Amino acid sequence: MSRAAGADHPGLLYSEAEDELRAAVRSVLDDRAGWPAVLARIETDEPYDTGLWHVLAANVGCAGLLIPESHGGAGASYREAAVVAEEVGRSVAPVPYLGSAVVATAALLEVADGKLLRDLASGSVTAALAIPFATSLSVPAPLGTVRVVAPQPGDPAGQARLRGTVTGVADALPADVLLVPADGVPDGLYAVDRRAPGLTVAPVVSLDATRQLADLTLDGVPARCLASGPAAVRATAAALTAGAATLAAEQLGMAQQCLDMTVAYLKVRHQFARPVGSFQALKHRLADMWVAITQARSAARYAAACLASGDPDTPVAVALAKAACGDAAVHAAQECVQLHGGIGFTWEHPAHLYLKRAKSSSIGFGTADWHRATLAGLAGLPGPGASGGPL
Amino acid sequence: MLDDTGLKDTGLKGTGPSGPVTSDDLRERVREFLAGHDPVTLPRLEFLGARFDAGLASVHYPPGLGGLGLPRAVQSVVDAAFAAAGAPGNNPERIGIGLGMAAPTILAFGTDEQKQRWLRPLWTGEEVWCQLFSEPGAGSDLAGLATRAVRDPGGADQWQVTGQKVWTSMAHQARWGLLVARTDPDVPKHQGITYFACDMTTGGVEVRPLRQLTGEAEFNEVFLSGAVIPDADRIGAVGEGWRVAQGTLMNERVAIGGAALPREGGMIGSAARTWREHPELRTPGLHDRMLRLWADAEIARLSGERLRQQLAAGQPGPEGSAAKLVFARLNQDISAFELELAGADGLRYQDWSLRRPESVSFYGRDAGYRYLRARGNSIEGGTSEILRNIIAERVLGLPPEPRVDTRVPWKDLPK
Repeated sequence: MSRAAGADHPGLLYSEAEDELRAAVRSVLDDRAGWPAVLARIETDEPYDTGLWHVLAANVGCAGLLIPESHGGAGASYREAAVVAEEVGRSVAPVPYLGSAVVATAALLEVADGKLLRDLASGSVTAALAIPFATSLSVPAPLGTVRVVAPQPGDPAGQARLRGTVTGVADALPADVLLVPADGVPDGLYAVDRRAPGLTVAPVVSLDATRQLADLTLDGVPARCLASGPAAVRATAAALTAGAATLAAEQLGMAQQCLDMTVAYLKVRHQFARPVGSFQALKHRLADMWVAITQARSAARYAAACLASGDPDTPVAVALAKAACGDAAVHAAQECVQLHGGIGFTWEHPAHLYLKRAKSSSIGFGTADWHRATLAGLAGLPGPGASGGPL
Repeated sequence: MLDDTGLKDTGLKGTGPSGPVTSDDLRERVREFLAGHDPVTLPRLEFLGARFDAGLASVHYPPGLGGLGLPRAVQSVVDAAFAAAGAPGNNPERIGIGLGMAAPTILAFGTDEQKQRWLRPLWTGEEVWCQLFSEPGAGSDLAGLATRAVRDPGGADQWQVTGQKVWTSMAHQARWGLLVARTDPDVPKHQGITYFACDMTTGGVEVRPLRQLTGEAEFNEVFLSGAVIPDADRIGAVGEGWRVAQGTLMNERVAIGGAALPREGGMIGSAARTWREHPELRTPGLHDRMLRLWADAEIARLSGERLRQQLAAGQPGPEGSAAKLVFARLNQDISAFELELAGADGLRYQDWSLRRPESVSFYGRDAGYRYLRARGNSIEGGTSEILRNIIAERVLGLPPEPRVDTRVPWKDLPK
């Protein structure tokens, strides 16, 4: 396990093109997903902003970033995808970017489904991988509790039927297509149309209302097999890896925004006849937040760069990024509430949107502890009772 | 290191006084120089002096002062060419304060005579420099310093200096000390300071080892009892010492920036090796700490790499000020972990005798030494608390604390 320093090290900066993409995304989000709009939306029947998502997906091109140009996408990489995720996190925008443009797309890229990829790239179709948001990447990837059942009379050849439930799925509510891992004959990854008979997508009252989860019930739902056996397992694993790395970038964006909001407030809030930001006790906490974010940013950039280039160090990079960014975001959001004082504890202030999204995201795709624990194997640091082999 | 930009040597171009200079041009210059100066037979100092005179010492320095007026990035080309020829080096570890702090200060604020007099023996290592800044009563509040420099009442062009300096590494080997002293106690503290080069061999300068909690003495106390400094050795104008010192300290922070290391290249490598070699020491609690420290150390290393990429791309950011805070905390946490991991062996200590090391290294010593020495990492070169103030005020733009000490004359401040 080695990663040398020097000129051949993956680039950890933001390129000019990435800065431009960030500016384009930010401008749309500032315009349409200011926190008052987000706050108003989460108590309606449409917690996801499908109009905003359409602008981001089709007009800005966020839906097709990872999809090759030959399939109508932008042919960009996980580096660009991470920059968009930072901005989505920064605005706690209720859009299915992570679930559709990253997680489901990563799975479809692995199984090379040209038709669906093309639909996703154009922004006309939104997809979600039907696994619980709290799923950690493990090998072999979990295939859920959905089973392939017997076809019904009159079913066309090649169509399967699925039965089972999947709980706590992120970004399934606005999805047109669900990618469902299922056990049976053959075990694999199946595509299910949102309007298919027998499919129920029930909203869950979620800790994070800006990424409302759904429980899926499949009662003999018709499905098309995308991949089976090891190919399906690989597709799910690729989706979970991409999801963890890109969620880390989203967490980085949340952390930075919590710091920025708190710094701005502490400059103007006066108590004891001085700005509270002049008190050393508070300054040091903000300095520590800033330090944690500089570290998290290096880890997030490294994970995006490794994923973009298919670097063999990707598992280490993703574990580091998800652990560091998850901790940084939760810490920053908690500090944001505390350092805002009373106003930070109200419903009308956006701090709680970040707190809830940060805490939920820290559980999504593996907690910080879970990711650090994977380093035991990846870095050759076995725990008690394990035989301590060389690297 | 002063000259380490982390850039690779290929394709670099500098623009010197006589037009663009390529890496090949520079290698050719070194070849020509070596043809006339045999690195094997010439005495070391003579060889290094000639290298300085040829402008091949610090190529970003001006011609005539050891350089060629080239970008700092091309220094690595020259250093590599000399190293490949087996040429003697100037032992930069021993003269780190001279290279990293004295030389840039002299270059920025010194007179032509001072540059001519000091830079050459500084670079060759003939003259070691030390830094006479901190005092027992002026640590984080350096501008509160009390060492007095009084212009000789006889009217001669010289100063008499009285006071005590502390935490002075290399003072016992140094020929020169970078000194800040109070020349006007009747004005607010930042305004009454003047910057000097103090000849450490002159009368009235006494150097005593300062034993630290590791048992050895890396540092010294320096007692100045009417030591005489010619006015010609003043650096910058009278009363301008704070501004000059800020320049020195800025260079100190650049120098602390750190070198590129491979994964597990720092202190974490030692802890990870112990972990792997001693399965019997592992507990669930220690395992959690091991993984957490490994992750934090690797991320800190990546952050250092990101910092180097920023510098190489000409986009220096404020992230450097995070590096020292993280480095100090990690060194302390890792060494504390390692000592616990060692169990019974952690109860032994190699050597308490008063020694005077020439350079400091965490390695080749036991875990107890690392644990103790790392406590200093959050104190030396700016305490972690002062660094947090700097980040909060200069990076985040938070308002300063209301202060009582910056507008009244220094002599009236409570002491």
